[in-house]
Amino acid sequence: MSEGTIKKFMFVNRTAPYGTVYALESLEVVLITAAFDQDVSLVFMDDGVFQLKKGQQTKGIENKNFSPTYRALDGYDVEKLYVEGEALAARGLTEEDRYDVEKLYVEGEALAARGLTEEDLLVDVTVMSRAELGKLMDEMDVVLTF
Amino acid sequence: MLIAVTINEGPYQHQASDSAYLFCKAALEKGHEIRRVFFYNDGVNNASSLTEPPLDDRNIVARWSKLAADHKLDLVVCVAAALRRGIRDENLAAGFRISGLGQLVEAGIEADRLVTFGD
Repeated sequence: MSEGTIKKFMFVNRTAPYGTVYALESLEVVLITAAFDQDVSLVFMDDGVFQLKKGQQTKGIENKNFSPTYRALDGYDVEKLYVEGEALAARGLTEEDRYDVEKLYVEGEALAARGLTEEDLLVDVTVMSRAELGKLMDEMDVVLTF
Repeated sequence: MLIAVTINEGPYQHQASDSAYLFCKAALEKGHEIRRVFFYNDGVNNASSLTEPPLDDRNIVARWSKLAADHKLDLVVCVAAALRRGIRDENLAAGFRISGLGQLVEAGIEADRLVTFGD
């Protein structure tokens, strides 16, 4: 284990929140990566921008509405995580280790193409152009796309 | 170079696992080191010992098991993704182990390159 190494991880979210499991399972990796004290950025582009849409109602499709988690990314308490709790414990992490994910980027073109604005989103984000995001990706160490 | 690989799609349905396998083989032949292969999303289905393809087709699961045995590869299946999809120790193919997502993050930190095969 490389104690103390901090890399720049970027998670590129491109799929709608429901319909496939990618969004939910991406969020699970995000939380674990943050718990490893890595430098975490999230990008939302293509239909991925819908992941941050306010007012998600999932009762009709009998899926869990996990969108509140996005609001908890800044200062989330790992004790509240249901699946990977044991994995965290095995690595000596406790509820004192708080997540710090404040870098949320949304592709402006993807928002506009779907008739959305920042006002429609659950959390404060930085809207960037496709070209700007490309430059940002270039600065990353690890990029994972879901 | 120290390489880590992640596979996010299941066998046969998608080419991700085939491409990742060929990539790993080629990288090993060139003298690179594979730090870990991590199976996530439907990629966990690559670890099912219940897989039984027709005899005239490639056996994707057995192929990973053999590559792992030949090169001491660390094939790790995400526990949360695996349990969702019915992959557990009882039906885990040889050479694979089930562990947490931390193993993916750790591989990303330690490797020079993390290469993703997915949709």
